[in-house]
Amino acid sequence: MSTLIAIVGIGIFCLLAEIMNLRKIIIPVTIVSLMALFGLTLTGNLPEIKGYESMIVMDSYGKIFSCLFILLTALLVLQSAPSYAKGTKVSDFISIKVFMLSGAVAMVTFTNMAMFFLGIEVLSIGLYVLAGSDRLNIKSNEAGMKYFLMGSFASGILLFGIAMLYGATGAFDVATLQEASISASTEYWFYIGVILITIGMLFKVAATPMHFWAPDVYEGSPTQVTAMMSTLAKVTAMASFFKLITILNSQMLYSYTEVIIVVTIATMLFGNIMALRQKKIKRVLAYSGVSHTGFMLLTLLNINEAQNNLLFYATSYAIAGLAAFSVVLFVIKNEDNDQIDNFNGLAKKSPLMAFIMTIALLSMAGIPILAGFFAKFFLLSQIITSGFIGLAIVAIINSMIAVFYYFKVIVAMYTKETEYEKEYANHSEYYIVGIVAAILLLVIGLFPDALMNLL
Amino acid sequence: MNISIVLIVLLVGAIATYVSGNKLASKIALLTSIAAFGATLYALNAFNGGENLDVNTIWINRPAVNFALHVDGLSMAMLLLTTGLLPLIIASGFVTKFENEKAIYALMLFMGFAMAGTFLAADGFLYYIFWEIALIPIYFIALKWGNGDMEARKKTILKFFIYTFAGSLFMLLAFIYLYTKGGSFDINKLYALQLNSTEKTYIFFAFFLAYAIKIPVVPFHTWQANTYSKAPGVGTMLLSGIMLKMGLYSVLRWQLPLSDSAAKEYMPIIVALSIAGIIYGAVVTLKQKNIKKLLAYSSLSHVGLIAAGLYSLTIEGFQGAVLQMLSHGLVIVGLFYVVELIYNRYNTYEIKEMGGIRIQDTYFASLFMIIMLASVALPTTFNFIGEFNLLYSLFKVNMWYAIIAGTTIILGAFYMLRMFQKVMLGGETKSFQKISKQESIVLVIIVVATIFFGLFPQPIIDLIEPSLQSILTQIK
Repeated sequence: MSTLIAIVGIGIFCLLAEIMNLRKIIIPVTIVSLMALFGLTLTGNLPEIKGYESMIVMDSYGKIFSCLFILLTALLVLQSAPSYAKGTKVSDFISIKVFMLSGAVAMVTFTNMAMFFLGIEVLSIGLYVLAGSDRLNIKSNEAGMKYFLMGSFASGILLFGIAMLYGATGAFDVATLQEASISASTEYWFYIGVILITIGMLFKVAATPMHFWAPDVYEGSPTQVTAMMSTLAKVTAMASFFKLITILNSQMLYSYTEVIIVVTIATMLFGNIMALRQKKIKRVLAYSGVSHTGFMLLTLLNINEAQNNLLFYATSYAIAGLAAFSVVLFVIKNEDNDQIDNFNGLAKKSPLMAFIMTIALLSMAGIPILAGFFAKFFLLSQIITSGFIGLAIVAIINSMIAVFYYFKVIVAMYTKETEYEKEYANHSEYYIVGIVAAILLLVIGLFPDALMNLL
Repeated sequence: MNISIVLIVLLVGAIATYVSGNKLASKIALLTSIAAFGATLYALNAFNGGENLDVNTIWINRPAVNFALHVDGLSMAMLLLTTGLLPLIIASGFVTKFENEKAIYALMLFMGFAMAGTFLAADGFLYYIFWEIALIPIYFIALKWGNGDMEARKKTILKFFIYTFAGSLFMLLAFIYLYTKGGSFDINKLYALQLNSTEKTYIFFAFFLAYAIKIPVVPFHTWQANTYSKAPGVGTMLLSGIMLKMGLYSVLRWQLPLSDSAAKEYMPIIVALSIAGIIYGAVVTLKQKNIKKLLAYSSLSHVGLIAAGLYSLTIEGFQGAVLQMLSHGLVIVGLFYVVELIYNRYNTYEIKEMGGIRIQDTYFASLFMIIMLASVALPTTFNFIGEFNLLYSLFKVNMWYAIIAGTTIILGAFYMLRMFQKVMLGGETKSFQKISKQESIVLVIIVVATIFFGLFPQPIIDLIEPSLQSILTQIK
């Protein structure tokens, strides 16, 4: 609860700073206070505030994921700083990002479905606004509109599901719902509710067949917002989905497992195959994000043991995404054109950025010693232990397909020449975020224990 | 003293090479590789003195992964091959002018590090990591410094990468499965696992995919010739001299002991496939017009024989295979180096554009001839001993195998001699600048080593014999 309050406090500060003409310090103060909050939350030194019917409880799951979200937000705010250097909207956008973080934290610490819904709406509405934030750009408008229409439809389904649960149990709180999910005398519309919530969440995590919004919205949104969508928003939705399933379907009925298996296979395959044909980097990353969602969905098959694996996968995916988007921002420099050709010859012009991108892509492809390899390894061992060997083979085939499109970018960077003099966005923020993320990927790969033992 | 020192030298050397800048890079790389070879010799000495060189510390608790390196005769021999060839390969890079030298030499050392690690690892997970990261440097070496049209090269190298990566992923699956059974990646615990025969069959084929692609065994060889011809000289040497031995070594160390009953059951099929590789390689070699492709296919043929010896599950086969790995490594590096020297002067790999070199540079031609004769296993060369053992092991399995494999040796002699004739003999057509003293050092070392071990193979046989025996008892 206190973490949430502190985050909201930071958000309000951002708004007030605008009035007091302190625009310049907004970003530094936000980052520093987020990092402080990260440390305090991780070590558990924050005084626990009770009240509000205990709708927010910081259990270890919530705590670790909140820390991940705070870290990601801090890096994302730093990464987006150059984009807001000129405009006057800096306080609005930064505060939206911070408020989104509060939504994200609520989504993993809730003990009440109302709180969960509030969290997801805070996160989503923030994203709708940000997606359309480049208001003179037609593509950004389209992205915002598309995301808003589709997203609110999904929210509606989600809300309908929650209403069903309420109808079946007369309660919003998690403990009652969990009891009802195991009890034999539960009304059948409880399960309809579970399915509706599943559909809503599958939309939010962009799993096939509810992923169609992702590539278009990713492509149209301003790049620093795309970075946020594909890292923070995705792992938040995934962590929250995982928590929901532990509550609503802790026994994992066989029929539900089947649904998850089909969705997982479809998501991995569809994301990967579509990514092969893309020529634009943002669309490649969007579809690769879809396939990573498929991998993360595998954790739902072992709801009781897999939270570590989800944490590991989410962390390594999000950090690799951050590194990749730093380079994308560096390369495409506020241009609309985000073709992969833009990466041609990057290795000569800026070896460091090319190296960061290589690390990020190799990690996503699951090449050893980087974090992504261990993430895939833990997932594979989990599903093999529980006997889904066929699924493991599908996952492996997908890892192979993914190599094709990740290496397309690497090849462009290292072997091709630029046809014209290209200007890069030479901002130190991109370097910092890229380097920090690349180092994190390497460190997590060398000491995977440290992350695995957190939960 | 423990064996990790060799790995540390190579890794630190790789970083130092990159940092030192383009001017110094090649010298530092050469020094590092010589230092690593020195460390290996020192370790060999300690090993022969009975010292324990193993390393075993906990790396990851969950899953239980140890940083475990184990030295026995087999690992030692492979380590000698790796660190012994590395200075030669690096020195052979001096004849070519690379752009961005610091990167290519650093990558070569890094690859040496990964390959040495693969030969030493005694923990399945660690082994897999070394095995995989060896792919990254060779990918970049071949992609950036390779020859030929960029579009075609990109496709070839990507095919190579995905092919080998795909194979290894199945091996990873097998390792994970074994881990879920035994709760450890430690090689001795994995050996001790009790598996039923179906499980062993699956494990056998999962490993087989990884190794058959790497070695390569027909029909998984399609990446090889193209990749060899597109990679730069040093890359081809790394691939053919050391990297494909990773696959052969792993068969011996991991695949056969872990899936003993399946290995016995499928032995005839796999040996037949390997022999098919010998014949196929030899026949295709006959038609080659590009000298690099010719050597690639001849290498396919040689490696087929080694694989056949390994899968024959006899001590002679094992012994012959290891000896042949070492001698083939030496000779193939020499041959590709010769090709690079000619390429440097003629700027072509096409055989028909070469000729008349002998009358211009007899010294070079003589060195080339000795190496060429070694590659067709002339008695008194190192290769002869290995090949003899391999054929003997095949004879023990099935006489016809030995006869078929034996005839291809004649074919091998034919295409190598014909190649020599076309490339070196004949009247003077183009002027050939004599090779310098520096350039010839690598060739001289290879010639001396080949003949020396051809006459005195006993130290090496003594080194590998006990470890091969213990692997064979593990299988039996």
